[in-house]
Amino acid sequence: MKTSEEIFNILKEKFGEKITGFETDLPVEPIITVDPLAIKDVCLFLRDDDDLLFDTLMNLSGVDDANGEKTKDEEGYDVISGGTLSVYYHLDSIQKGHKVTLKVSVNRENPEVESVESVWRAADWHEREAFDMFGIVFLNHPDLRRILMPEDWDGYPLRKDYKNPEYYQGMKVPY
Amino acid sequence: MDKIKTLDVKTEELVLNMGPQHPSTHGVLRLVVELEGELIVNVKPYIGYLHRCFEKHAEAMTYPQVVPYTDRMDYLASMSNNLGYAIAVEKLMGIEVPERVEYIRVIMAELQRIASHLVALGTYGVDIGAFTPFLYCFIAREKILTLFEMTCGARLLYNYIWVGGLSHDIHPDFVRLTKEFIEYFKPKIVELNELLSYNKIFIERTANVGILPLETAVNYGVTGPVLRASGLKWDLRKNDPYSIYHKFDFEIPVGDGRMGTVGDSWDRYFVRVREMEESLKIIEQAIDQIPDGDVKAAIPRRIKPPKGTVYSRTENPKGELGYFIISDGTVNPFRVKVRAPSFVNLSVIGEMSKGHLVADLIAILGSLDIVLGEIDR
Amino acid sequence: MYEYLNNIVGNEVITYFVVAALPLFLVVLPFALIAVLAERKVSAHMQDRLGPMRVGYHGILQTVADILKLIQKEDIIIPQADKKLFNLAPFLVFIGSYAVFAALPFSSKFIGTNAEVGIFYILAVSGFVVAGILMGGWASDNKYSLLGAMRSAAQIVSYEIPTAIVVLTLVMITGTLNLGTMSEQQTAYFWNWNILGGAGEGIQQILLIPFMVVAFTILFISTLAEVNRTPFDIPEAESELVAGFHTEYSGMKFAMFFLAEYANMFAVSAIIVSLLFGGYQSPFGYLGNTLGIPALIPFEQLFWFLSKGVFFVFVQMWLRWTLPRLRVDQLMTVCWKYLIPYAVFNLLIVGIITLI
Repeated sequence: MKTSEEIFNILKEKFGEKITGFETDLPVEPIITVDPLAIKDVCLFLRDDDDLLFDTLMNLSGVDDANGEKTKDEEGYDVISGGTLSVYYHLDSIQKGHKVTLKVSVNRENPEVESVESVWRAADWHEREAFDMFGIVFLNHPDLRRILMPEDWDGYPLRKDYKNPEYYQGMKVPY
Repeated sequence: MDKIKTLDVKTEELVLNMGPQHPSTHGVLRLVVELEGELIVNVKPYIGYLHRCFEKHAEAMTYPQVVPYTDRMDYLASMSNNLGYAIAVEKLMGIEVPERVEYIRVIMAELQRIASHLVALGTYGVDIGAFTPFLYCFIAREKILTLFEMTCGARLLYNYIWVGGLSHDIHPDFVRLTKEFIEYFKPKIVELNELLSYNKIFIERTANVGILPLETAVNYGVTGPVLRASGLKWDLRKNDPYSIYHKFDFEIPVGDGRMGTVGDSWDRYFVRVREMEESLKIIEQAIDQIPDGDVKAAIPRRIKPPKGTVYSRTENPKGELGYFIISDGTVNPFRVKVRAPSFVNLSVIGEMSKGHLVADLIAILGSLDIVLGEIDR
Repeated sequence: MYEYLNNIVGNEVITYFVVAALPLFLVVLPFALIAVLAERKVSAHMQDRLGPMRVGYHGILQTVADILKLIQKEDIIIPQADKKLFNLAPFLVFIGSYAVFAALPFSSKFIGTNAEVGIFYILAVSGFVVAGILMGGWASDNKYSLLGAMRSAAQIVSYEIPTAIVVLTLVMITGTLNLGTMSEQQTAYFWNWNILGGAGEGIQQILLIPFMVVAFTILFISTLAEVNRTPFDIPEAESELVAGFHTEYSGMKFAMFFLAEYANMFAVSAIIVSLLFGGYQSPFGYLGNTLGIPALIPFEQLFWFLSKGVFFVFVQMWLRWTLPRLRVDQLMTVCWKYLIPYAVFNLLIVGIITLI
């Protein structure tokens, strides 16, 4: 059983630059931030290391940090440019009984994260959902399609500046 | 004749589009099944037909306003959904709830677990072709719903467990009627076992069907009865205790492969039967100890959690229900992500059903006990 | 029966028609009406509920109302369907199950046709049902229908084998294919029924009893499978195939399938009754004999035949609302690995006993 801080130290030693930070100022959960293109290696290490053994991915959620520059378009809707989207990984070790939260942040214009589908199959649908809702592209995901929305839907609904389309296939959307 | 000659004789796989309207997909699930004869080559689930934008809605609501929306996710276990959300927000705000509230919450959650499992077992019987156990299960479930109705006025979507407390105190007759229900229900489990669980045909249909090895289950993040049937003693009520579950004495049933292999459909079915017995035990212990107090005392006048994130998980009837909440310090949650147990459990269906018959696919799907309201949110 | 009517009417053609239609109006239609209601009531009471209660006293007119509704319904034929086969299929299925009634001995005075090869004829004409089901499933252009039809054909064809072997056993010990004669042989009291070794004499009769019970079990299971009832309702397995071969049918065509199913249920029960349970014979002797009114006897026989048949229909319903459904490969296993070897073995032993 290890605390998040110990896990952070282990990771920092192993991966150095790729582990970008440790947020402890938030109440409840400390979060380890990781480079988006190194997340797969970090997760593989977390899963296979004998002291850590994070065998399940409890949850993977995309988040729109909405920390970019906010402007209004002509109809009065928010438009966010710049800033980041994030992915949170909640890992759990059934064998060791410890938990950890990882976070990667990618810029909004080109959100690309390494997929962890090959580490935990559980990530498959969660990553598809994050892609569906936020447009975060998971590199090397075998089957990155929309999951909840129709395949030909425009836009990413859970982004903070999402605007409802007027029509979908000739049907009026806001009814 | 020439035309026939020019055509190459070949066989192709039959693509069967099962759902979204089909009697046994338990809602609007669409499964695209590739068949060779009746053997399954591949199953692809398509979900999202019941998507109601829960997460988007939640961002526009205040914290207490989200509670009714959680009802509508796993609509067979609304109480448990309420409980999970309430615990997550309480954790974020650091609220201690009164003892009485905790006891009532546990009783409600366990009654809800029984009700949810009754639907799972009954509909599983229908999937296999036995219609009568389904109605027996529903008769018992109705009695639980009557208890809920007495408490909060609703039979399906309760909005009962609030952040920091409960919407109403329990009815004066609640304790007596719950005890009556326990007495009524114990023989009913025996009856169900005689009628369905140990029926030879039922065992033939479910044992050794859709075996889920433990390794695959853990890798896919499967939780709840499905994981326990694969042989792992993993129950958040014991392994990561929340509320006051540490005060009660109960067992965690696991699959033992009694009728076939560990992790087959019969194990998944029977783990639920035994979980109902354990839930009864918890209720029996809790019902006599409910302390006095005011159930609304700890409800904050203004729910405005500090900036921060929380991931809180509870053991729902279907598995681990996780709420990931990010607060930006306002009255509206910045982000609510729900880790729905059925969503994760369903993702393993393709792996489990390869090489089985179409009839087995139904048996496997039923044994996962999914609720589409929760998968699509 | 035929001669009697011919004397009254005096015209052969009309007599034929009347004789042919009588079972339909006297037995099949009323039976289907009552059986559907009974099925719903039986299932309801087995499941702690009331069933239909609104139409008439305790819902007794429910099926009449249902039939009225079905008649009014639009006859939907999907454009992709093969129309000729699609329209023909329900009739073929109904003909197959109705033709069986021609050779059933309802009473000593009322047999549609007292053919010498009665039971053989029944086995033959019930083959129509398979053709009809296959036709319906194929013509519907629906994958569920097709799967249901294929399953159904495989199932019915397979289960005809144990049925035929058991029938052969019975034919061997009674020495006749004529169902009327077979019923006549089991006369007077219930210990003369074939199930209790009625065809044998003395020690032979006692030796026959266990093998007749085996024969009955095999016959009952395989006929259950032939009429697609639970636990063998795989062709129309609701939870898998929606409604199997009749998924695309509506209105009266659907009603034909439905009617055929209930007619079939009674037909196979009647076969079991004729072969093993004394046919139309009363178990305790006749009231007509006691009172000295011989004219009463045929009616008593009719009563006994129908009651015995209805009893087995009830058993079928009882099983349906108790048991889950087998899987298609398990169904075949039951037939080929268990029923057929047992039936053949049974045939051998019975053959040896009859030689004693």
